Amino acid sequence: MAVDVAFWILAVLSVVAALAVIMLRDVFRAALFLILCFFTVAGIYVTLNAGFLAAVQVLIYIGAIAILLIFAIMFTRDAQAGNPSGRLRLPAGVAAVVLLGVMISSAVTYGWLEGGEMSEMTSTGGLGQLLFSENGFVLPLEIAGVMLLAAALGAIAIMREK
Amino acid sequence: MSFWPLDNYWAHFAVFATVILAFVVIGVMAFIYVERRGFGPFQLRRGPNRAGPFGVLQPIADAIKVLLKEDIVPAGADRAVHFLAPVVVFLPVLLIFAVVPFHGKLGGLIPNLNIGILYVVAVSALGVVGLFMAGWGSNNKYSLISAMRVVAAMISYEMPLVLSIIGVVVIVGSLSMNDIVTGHQVPFFLLTPLGFLIFLASSMAEINRGPFDLLEADSEIVAGFHIEYSGMKFAMFYLAEYGHALAMSAIAATVFLKGWVGPADDYLGGLWFVAKTLLIFVLLIWFRITFPRLRIDQLMGFAWKFLFPAALINLLVIGIEEVAFDGDIPWWVLFINFAVAGGLILAWSKLFKLGGGRVEVAV
Repeated sequence: MAVDVAFWILAVLSVVAALAVIMLRDVFRAALFLILCFFTVAGIYVTLNAGFLAAVQVLIYIGAIAILLIFAIMFTRDAQAGNPSGRLRLPAGVAAVVLLGVMISSAVTYGWLEGGEMSEMTSTGGLGQLLFSENGFVLPLEIAGVMLLAAALGAIAIMREK
Repeated sequence: MSFWPLDNYWAHFAVFATVILAFVVIGVMAFIYVERRGFGPFQLRRGPNRAGPFGVLQPIADAIKVLLKEDIVPAGADRAVHFLAPVVVFLPVLLIFAVVPFHGKLGGLIPNLNIGILYVVAVSALGVVGLFMAGWGSNNKYSLISAMRVVAAMISYEMPLVLSIIGVVVIVGSLSMNDIVTGHQVPFFLLTPLGFLIFLASSMAEINRGPFDLLEADSEIVAGFHIEYSGMKFAMFYLAEYGHALAMSAIAATVFLKGWVGPADDYLGGLWFVAKTLLIFVLLIWFRITFPRLRIDQLMGFAWKFLFPAALINLLVIGIEEVAFDGDIPWWVLFINFAVAGGLILAWSKLFKLGGGRVEVAV
């Protein structure tokens, strides 16, 4: 019961925040609403009993990504002037609607498991087993790590040229 | 050990929410007094000694004074952001205490949260958003410079902080604060001395204190992000600053000093916890008054060239020990770890210099 109330508060807040991100003229405030949106999504993870995911969401999306975003905004010269109106507004809207349609249709048609028992393992232990056990995702994980490292080194190499 | 008679969740929540609020406010007042009184002898003066016996009432007098001051919002400021910033800065401080076990296994709001220490790290990253809002919303260039310094420091120091905690988590095999407290018979500041030192250094940077208080740097950018704040809002920043110091001391006491564990901890657990927290805070005061403030390039260099590699090697050593002893590390391993820590610190002090007085600016 309390979880339902929490879910609806969080859901409405996150949609309002997401709308504010794209509607607001003030870029800095839009970024703050993006943080609110990330935070409410983390709250929804908590109501789904995925505490580890929620903590990682806060740590990475708010603690790193949103902070870097705001950092970039602070370096922007005319940030106070507001969001410049783009010429790509129409195509972007079409693409967004198409993407939303695909996501909704796939979410509705997917055969979700319902009424299952709660897993015995905590989500942290389960994730660890899944990622690092022998028949888990060790190889993709390592490949992703190496690719990220390569991307970081590549960015540094490109900047060094000048 | 069922020490807490209230099984009702909401009653538990109400009681501990009150306890945490009282603990933070009273703790902050005590910390402000201890720090200002402690600074006295260090600077060859007396410190506050007029209000009440030994100046004990000084924080209360300051609080009343600050409440009565006029609230000023600068022209051209983003009013909503300016108003919300102190709240956003203070909120994470309270949230951190939700997982701190004050007394025994059940003496806390949710000390058994299975992601405990990860929660602490995630929540304490939220405070920087508030500092940003203050820096941007004040419409003041010094505030903005300070906000930028915060990001640079935060992003650099979060990594050694987390890595030093991971060392403990690897030994314990759990993220829950209670499991960490009872995880090993040896306190972790002895078992992983390097991790403890790295945690102290990077948590001082995380709470922007001591030699790392670049975002305030009175001599360069006046007071940084809270330059345009007065009255109650300034008090909130002050409260958040010391509350954060209290939170980090409490976390260090819980993770590295075994929190509430001590002789007769069935009855005195809470006192042990407070005593250990105070011990860590005295250490922080000592560092703050002893070391000169670092320059921004030295700050970055210290994080990336010293703390980060040292934290990685520390984690590697602990991982090897964990595998070698099959998850059951005996107590005498602490001698090995002390030797590793001493060797690493010596080696780095010879190999690595915090670029003396010269700054090289790439054009």
